[in-house]
Amino acid sequence: MTPNLLDIVDLKKHFPIGRRSLLHAVDEVSFEIARGESVGLVGESGCGKSTLVRLVTRMIDPTAGDIIFSGRNIGFIPARKFAETQFRPKIQMVFQDPTDSLNPRFTAFDTIAEPLRLLAGVKDRATLTEQVFNAARQTGLPEELLMRFPHQLSGGQKARVGIARAIALRPELLILDEPTAALDVSVQATILKLLAELRETLGMSYLFVSHDLNVVRMLCDRVIVMYLGKVVEQGPTEAVFRHPAHPYTAGLIRAIPSIGGRPEEREVLAGEARSPVDPDPRVCRLFGRCPKQVDRCRTEGPALREVGERHQVACHFPQVASAA
Amino acid sequence: MSGEAPLLSVKDYSLEFRTRSGTVHALEDVCIEVAKGETVGIVGESGSGKSVLSFGILRILDAAAEVKSGSISFAGMDMLGAKESALQQVRGREIAMIFQNPRTALNPIRKIGKQIEDVLRTHTSTLQSDLKRKAIECLAQVRIADPERRYSAYPFELSGGQCQRVMIALSLACNPSLLIADEPTTGLDVTTQAAIMELVSELARARNMATILITHDLALASEYCDRIVVMHAGHVVESASTATLFAQPRHPYTARLIASTPSPEVDIDSLSSIPGNLPDLRRNDLPKCRFHARCDRAVAQCAVQALPEVTFESGHRVRCFNPL
Repeated sequence: MTPNLLDIVDLKKHFPIGRRSLLHAVDEVSFEIARGESVGLVGESGCGKSTLVRLVTRMIDPTAGDIIFSGRNIGFIPARKFAETQFRPKIQMVFQDPTDSLNPRFTAFDTIAEPLRLLAGVKDRATLTEQVFNAARQTGLPEELLMRFPHQLSGGQKARVGIARAIALRPELLILDEPTAALDVSVQATILKLLAELRETLGMSYLFVSHDLNVVRMLCDRVIVMYLGKVVEQGPTEAVFRHPAHPYTAGLIRAIPSIGGRPEEREVLAGEARSPVDPDPRVCRLFGRCPKQVDRCRTEGPALREVGERHQVACHFPQVASAA
Repeated sequence: MSGEAPLLSVKDYSLEFRTRSGTVHALEDVCIEVAKGETVGIVGESGSGKSVLSFGILRILDAAAEVKSGSISFAGMDMLGAKESALQQVRGREIAMIFQNPRTALNPIRKIGKQIEDVLRTHTSTLQSDLKRKAIECLAQVRIADPERRYSAYPFELSGGQCQRVMIALSLACNPSLLIADEPTTGLDVTTQAAIMELVSELARARNMATILITHDLALASEYCDRIVVMHAGHVVESASTATLFAQPRHPYTARLIASTPSPEVDIDSLSSIPGNLPDLRRNDLPKCRFHARCDRAVAQCAVQALPEVTFESGHRVRCFNPL
């Protein structure tokens, strides 16, 4: 078996709150991403998705745990030094809101050229232009738009600029943070198809963060479900969507509206998430919202275990797929 | 809707905005009817005029707006001819609105309980000594846990879902007969979205309140609305009962919107997008059908002739020369 592109092992990020408390934003998270694989990361706001992304992109330092990228542990490199390493160009990111994440005073050309200038050290004007044009071509951005500023571009075009900037350096791992959340459905499909196509042609791996589960389902090979800093379920996308084993995953999938759906027939996960500050490790994080909870869930925190091929769940009472 | 006059009736409503860069033809000949207790969805891409229509109904438009034609009547009252003092009696009391972003719609430096009291004091004859008890009742009704304590909370102390519950409590405090919900769940998690929508539809049913749900999410509209109105670039292009609209969309734009909505049954290759963008509404030579340039069923008349209104069985109306 070829080694994975990314291995996350027991990763933790605890933020101090006041003098004595700790907010467990990411708690003992482990997963891997193979080369060329697309992995979805889903969960409600506040579950630690963004913190996890900031850890993997090495914008913040982990409290504990390993981040092994291409066989090297990059978890120990201090975040402020990381931009100087050879790894920075290899891990790139597409941000959520294409309007907020573009510099309003940069033309599309400048935006795409900046990482090439700063991280790849391209100084020669002709080479720079060629590489920018190349990235623009790959993302379907017409050359005549490159001299425009963000306010002169449509939402879909801005999304393409954000993607072109991220792939200009030929990263091995592309992190996509809700890349289509700010787009209308009319352009969403073209951007999703572009992303699927780029992964194939450039051989990148994706970590796709989203709370639009239908989109994750289309684009990802595997999916990781987080709840309050913990991975509660992970597995192949189809297996997880067809037979969600964790009550939280099941609730999440049930909550997706669908054309012709009958909302009155579904149970919604009631209540709000527990506090992430100093959580009791003996209590399941979903306790209080879970339809299946019993006393044991309050005395013994469930650990991840296998329920199918590469399909893991952290629950004492997982819904096991029938032999269908 | 047989016989009885609709609660709200918008007829041939046209609206323009004077701006430095020209006149924006924001709405043209918009017709919408809402019956008592009915839930009507307004769907369309951003920029199609959904929100501006609701502002027009409440007459809370920007000073640059100019109503060019049409009439709006609400419960027998002529909204366009009414005096400002009469409108103030209607706004908040008879027609309430839930705005898109609860965090910016709530006053950040006033306790939420006090904000509800403000509404009660202005619009009802509640005694001063009863205000607090009533406000707490309102919070309890939208199922905010521990309403006595939350009464003294500021918006920043609440989660997005809780803020939206407070918005709903505010808008329902006076028992309005029409609620306009403008993207009430955008930016919320799917689980929270399900809970909020459940709450709104349950309260609407219990009070026989009519609701206008403005959303760009077709799936959401399909689950909660009796009828759906599809808007594109300031035109109402199609309106029908929810079941009819999804079973047999007649306008090419509606069909395209449905086909571009991700769902579990669709894979990425069959997900379609809508080519082109909304036309620039500042143009003076806008084609008669504003979808004309994006449409694959366009015929010669589309750009130049006044659009016909075609009526199919059971009130299914389409404005198109070449309906599906």
